[in-house]
Amino acid sequence: MRWIDEEDIEDLAIGAALLGTGGGGDPYLGKLMVQKCIRDNGPIQMIDVTEVPDAAWVIPTAMMGAPTIMMEKIPNGDEALKSMRMLEKQTGISAYATMPIECGGLNSTVPFVVASKAGIPLVDGDGMGRAFPELQMETFHIYGISGTPMVLHNERGDRVLLETLDNYMLEHISRGIAVRMGGAAHVAEYMMTGADVKRTAIHGTMTLCMALGQSIRHAQKTKRNPIEAIQEVTRNSIYGEAIVVFRGKVTDIERQSTDGFVRGKALVAGLGEYEEKELKVDFQNENLFATVDGQAIAMVPDLITFLDQETGMPITTESIKYGFRVICLAIPTPDIMRTPEALEVWGPRYFGYDTDYEPVEIIQQRRGTQHV
Amino acid sequence: MYKIGIDVGGTNTDAVILDEHHQVIAKVKAPTSSDVESGIYEALERILQEADIPASRISSVMLGTTHATNAIIERNRLAKIACVRICLPAGTSVEPMFTWDQSLRDAAGDTYYYIHGGCESNGRPLAQTTLDRAECEQVLYDIEAKGIESIAVTSIFSPVLSGFEKQFAEWAYEILGANFPVTLSSEIGSLGLLERENSAALNAALVQVASAVSNGLEMALKRYGIEAQIFFAQNDGTLMTLEYAKKYPILTIGSGPTNSIRGAAELSGLKECIICDIGGTTTDIGILVNGFPRESSVAVSIGGVRTNFRMPDIISIGIGGGSIVRQTENGITVGPDSVGYHIVRESIAFGGDTLTATDCLLASGKAKIDHPDCDRTRLAQIPEQVWQQAIDSINNKIQIAVDQIKTSAHDMPVVLVGGGAILIPGEMDGASEVIRPEHSGCANALGAAIAQVSGDIDKMFSMAGRHRQDVLEEAKQEAIQKAIIAGADPDTVELIDLEELPMAYVTSEFVRIKAKAAGQMKKMMNTL
Repeated sequence: MRWIDEEDIEDLAIGAALLGTGGGGDPYLGKLMVQKCIRDNGPIQMIDVTEVPDAAWVIPTAMMGAPTIMMEKIPNGDEALKSMRMLEKQTGISAYATMPIECGGLNSTVPFVVASKAGIPLVDGDGMGRAFPELQMETFHIYGISGTPMVLHNERGDRVLLETLDNYMLEHISRGIAVRMGGAAHVAEYMMTGADVKRTAIHGTMTLCMALGQSIRHAQKTKRNPIEAIQEVTRNSIYGEAIVVFRGKVTDIERQSTDGFVRGKALVAGLGEYEEKELKVDFQNENLFATVDGQAIAMVPDLITFLDQETGMPITTESIKYGFRVICLAIPTPDIMRTPEALEVWGPRYFGYDTDYEPVEIIQQRRGTQHV
Repeated sequence: MYKIGIDVGGTNTDAVILDEHHQVIAKVKAPTSSDVESGIYEALERILQEADIPASRISSVMLGTTHATNAIIERNRLAKIACVRICLPAGTSVEPMFTWDQSLRDAAGDTYYYIHGGCESNGRPLAQTTLDRAECEQVLYDIEAKGIESIAVTSIFSPVLSGFEKQFAEWAYEILGANFPVTLSSEIGSLGLLERENSAALNAALVQVASAVSNGLEMALKRYGIEAQIFFAQNDGTLMTLEYAKKYPILTIGSGPTNSIRGAAELSGLKECIICDIGGTTTDIGILVNGFPRESSVAVSIGGVRTNFRMPDIISIGIGGGSIVRQTENGITVGPDSVGYHIVRESIAFGGDTLTATDCLLASGKAKIDHPDCDRTRLAQIPEQVWQQAIDSINNKIQIAVDQIKTSAHDMPVVLVGGGAILIPGEMDGASEVIRPEHSGCANALGAAIAQVSGDIDKMFSMAGRHRQDVLEEAKQEAIQKAIIAGADPDTVELIDLEELPMAYVTSEFVRIKAKAAGQMKKMMNTL
């Protein structure tokens, strides 16, 4: 158990941007919402996954839709809480705690608001281990939890209770409702028991986000190398140690918008030890697939993130531009995200690549031996 | 007929007089005064003497000034404001001015109201199609009772539908008086409510500063018998009328670097180039696309407040003529600290004991300075490897920054201006040519004098049942109309920028379009 204060949320926002792998939405507004809650209600209680009693119920909360809409149509801050309350009323079950469904980007912050307003703990874990674009891309889904009953709420107070036969239909229908709600909705879904949380959640991801943010901020203050700081934090986590896969200068960005996704690619010309080499990273809101001179070096679900070479700050796919000096970092995902069932939901084939998933650290090892 | 351009910078107030062919016929530099106005008077007085032309021959005066920035940073002369957010039933999770520093909140007051209204991204009302008169009256009477001096109104998705903000302003004029300052967020910022609201609130806080400067300038012109039209230079390199500048002073805040960029380009005769303004402490690098500075795409922070109005995309690095050169265990470092304008006393070539970037260039023999106190022989003691490494480091840093401002890999012309331009005596990587124009000392005032009038939009359009071309045409016409309303001659207005921005996670048919049009200033009948 740990109490979360305003400084922790400052760190969380930076770590969440890193784990957002270029997407997930800017956590800025979410950060302010949580900081206001802490100013009003005091620190927020965060508990470890193992601290949830097996029979207790956890109701995860989130926003779905376009973060850019939410930045303009600012919520009241109680929408996700109201979704959770409606779910409690419908099922007759009260929430022991809430939890994030995603740890990258904006959604790492939303459940903290709910926890603060409801006066319940937040569980330190999530169902994506990063940011992903669709609702069935959850370890909860992969390991047998139903996303429904689900409630979507808007700022006006309109709400929808959804029951679907499977989580793919849940994504399909709820996406349409979110659009009709103005492009962003606040949701409660994937309610489950403590026993299921322990079995299906990715543990400790909020602590990891905060540790990453803290180490980046500390490195900036002490002029230390932020990459080393990130490596140190990831080395001691359920993720693998972060690997620098490339260093260079952005030479081209291609972006196009189709059915709600910003798809495109970034080309980076190598500098230093990567001189004469070219990195290509494909993205679909989030960074998905990285190749160097045509050879795959990192792929979804491993995390591929661009960092500013000077400051170590994460760069999103929306803000990356020609001329940026970047470090491309890959973070190996935890084992729970790499099982055959998981790769079927978010492996490279799901995103249209004709290749089997290969873990980034294995590729790196092979490339290392080739060089020797 | 002649034009006067005035640029009030942190250190100097520059003025130029241009003839009809944009030739510089007079230029002066006066120290910027702490009250801004008296520095302007002095510059004006001296340039009229120098040019020796009758006051009646001056048709327009263009002013670029940093007074607004200084007022915010110094928390000085700010008006007591009220932020009105038209958002209910949404929009209350983070209140207006939440992120502001306490000292700024104290200076501008900390009053805000939420009222019902606003719309979705497609213009559909959140709850009601119009404001509630009784609700607004209550707020306005409270504002009056509290002695508030200026109002900032921000409505959800006002870049799509500004009607709610306009309606509120009308009622405010009715109740508080026709001249009560009301800032509409939709006139300033783009999407992103908190940033736009911050921009509007800062603007509201600046109205008194703005009227002091503009009234001062009007009085000064009257004193010299000049009956010219007055314009203010904006951040984007175009002009606004005096009346508009009094209402929207925040739009002048980035005009300094913009004027330098445009002036430098005018001097070099280019419309597409990179401008490198090397000063004493920093180097500002900007890029001119189609004759205008490219706008920054990231949130700009002013006095610690995150805003989102249009600002030029400028990269600033800590390299200038006075940058201090040091020998450290990791080799030679240059800057970011500088002796600044004390260079004529503190640098080694001038008899001081601080090694500066200028010293290293002088030591190499690649640059010369004509100044009675400058003696190159004092630099003989500096080892070659020290000045050589310093020069390499300067070149490297400036070249990286020049490369960063580009949008593509091909070489572009680079225009060097500013007192520190001697730091780059030769060619540059990534530059198709390096141009060092004459008169570059007055590039900023010149940039203000040659500015055009523009109009721009940044909003969401629905593509439902429409052709893409028609939607783009509609956006284009809106921008052109705005430029004409702002005072541009309809015959010269042209579209200078049109950008479609994709939005992630929106599975609907909306697209965000930015468009900008600009043209020559319309000739006024009263300047015959």
